[in-house]
Amino acid sequence: MEFQTHSSPHTSRPNRVDKVMLQVVMALIPGTIALIFYFGWGVLLNVILAVASAAAFEALVMKLRKRPVLPPLFDLSAVVTALLFAVAIPPLLPWWLVVLGMAFAIIMVKQMYGGLGYNPFNPAMAAYVLLLISYPVEMTSWLPPQLLVENSLSLGEILSFKFAGTLPVDLTLDAITMATPLDEMRTKLDLNQMISEIQTSPLWGDFGGQGWEWVGNWFLMGGIWMVYKRTITWQIPLAFLTGLVGMATLFWLFDPESFPFPLFHVFSGGAILGAFFIATDPVTASTTRAGQLIYGAAIGVLVYIIRTWGGYPDAVAFAVLLMNMAAPTIDYYTRPRVYGHGGIKNG
Amino acid sequence: MAETGFRNIITDGLWNNNQALVALLGLCPLLAVTNTAINGLGLGLATTAVLVSSNATVSLIRNFVRPEVRLPVFVMVIASFVTAIELGMNAYFHELHKILGIFIPLIVTNCAIIGRAEAFASKNNLQRSLVDGLSIGIGFTLVLVTLGGMRELVGQGTLFDQAHLMFGEVARGMTLKIENFPGMLIAILPPGAFIGLGLLIMVKNLIDKRVVAKATTQTETSEGAAGVTT
Repeated sequence: MEFQTHSSPHTSRPNRVDKVMLQVVMALIPGTIALIFYFGWGVLLNVILAVASAAAFEALVMKLRKRPVLPPLFDLSAVVTALLFAVAIPPLLPWWLVVLGMAFAIIMVKQMYGGLGYNPFNPAMAAYVLLLISYPVEMTSWLPPQLLVENSLSLGEILSFKFAGTLPVDLTLDAITMATPLDEMRTKLDLNQMISEIQTSPLWGDFGGQGWEWVGNWFLMGGIWMVYKRTITWQIPLAFLTGLVGMATLFWLFDPESFPFPLFHVFSGGAILGAFFIATDPVTASTTRAGQLIYGAAIGVLVYIIRTWGGYPDAVAFAVLLMNMAAPTIDYYTRPRVYGHGGIKNG
Repeated sequence: MAETGFRNIITDGLWNNNQALVALLGLCPLLAVTNTAINGLGLGLATTAVLVSSNATVSLIRNFVRPEVRLPVFVMVIASFVTAIELGMNAYFHELHKILGIFIPLIVTNCAIIGRAEAFASKNNLQRSLVDGLSIGIGFTLVLVTLGGMRELVGQGTLFDQAHLMFGEVARGMTLKIENFPGMLIAILPPGAFIGLGLLIMVKNLIDKRVVAKATTQTETSEGAAGVTT
């Protein structure tokens, strides 16, 4: 896919799918390394497993559709899907759930609609939601950040759990996993505890959970680099975070003991990853500039609403999928005026 | 639709014009009730019974109803049969009736039934309407049972769970269960119904395509035997 520029402006932008995707992959690397650092080898195994199975399913569908196999593998879109999925799922997720998620993402969500560029929904998030709805226990058993535990699992122990489901004899799954900070906050708030009370636990850092908030920073770095490189536009991430912080500030000012500090929402869960990497997916997001502002803000607001009053602790995936559905309508109503047509009506 | 033979009526109802897979009518019960094969079967048979009786009645009164009021009359006929069948199920299949709940009375609103009354029974004689009602009903039931079976199998790893609700205590042995299968909850939930129906339609279209391809190659080999249509 090559789009040649004939008229001005002659700015150089990465115009090929594989170049754009490569930049996304590169921007994801710091955050992924941070995740591995805080949550152990399980994350790396998830990445490898997800990328390998995504590529395999992509090749399989291409064979079935009697299309050339190699181009869609080398445009890296499947790799990006796999990476986004792998950094969203818990490190100890059994291997077959990772493969199942990728099968759903690539075969059902991406290729059945016609492949790259035709899918109405974000494949990584659709797979995440599928697993979250079908296997809530596995999908919410996160490891605690390694700062908080003395003896974390070794690579061998993680491998044996992921592939055989066996743990070292003296451990149970409940003993080594914990809820995410968002989950923790929701549960404790439901028990009528005050936020100042909840945050006395050593689990908490400055804004979000210890470890968790730092992962957000690294993804933020990658995201800002993508905006700088113009891989993504600034509209969606900015509107997303503004919507989220706006809602959070409103309720926090109203009652700071039952609604967390706004930055808690930004640095917990998938907010940053969602704002820069997931909501900005060029295929499923809104394409007009005004539309992107509406699209991003609506996701931010939805994330806050679902996190605060919905049934699941994190909401980025649901919010993104909901707004994916609305994106064509938003585009329809925000089409820019064609030069020389319509415009300001005088008197 | 002039004088088509019984054979055509049957193949139309079961396959070519299957109300669930081709006309996509009656999606509300189709998607809501098919979380197990037995639920699907129960609702499918109830729908079939309503279809056959309403088709027969509409066909019998078709020459006495003025066209201006035909739809209200058809709806009243259908509603009467649905009420009778609902009361009957409540009496004889009480547990199943409780599970299917609101969807039995809602058979009244199933577009497939009013659709057949309007499109077929009001223009055809008694026998043809009976055959049409029966084949359309069975076609609908088959889809309900298949979809229910698929969702049950993927969702909870069983097949014909709770068969005793339908066939009495003897049928408890009918239930198949895959051991150690955790099940994919989404298949039981509403999204599973949409995905499952999509897959069924895909399979049907695939089969149709194969049949057409086969027929065209046959006509080519049998040196242009005219009039072969599929």
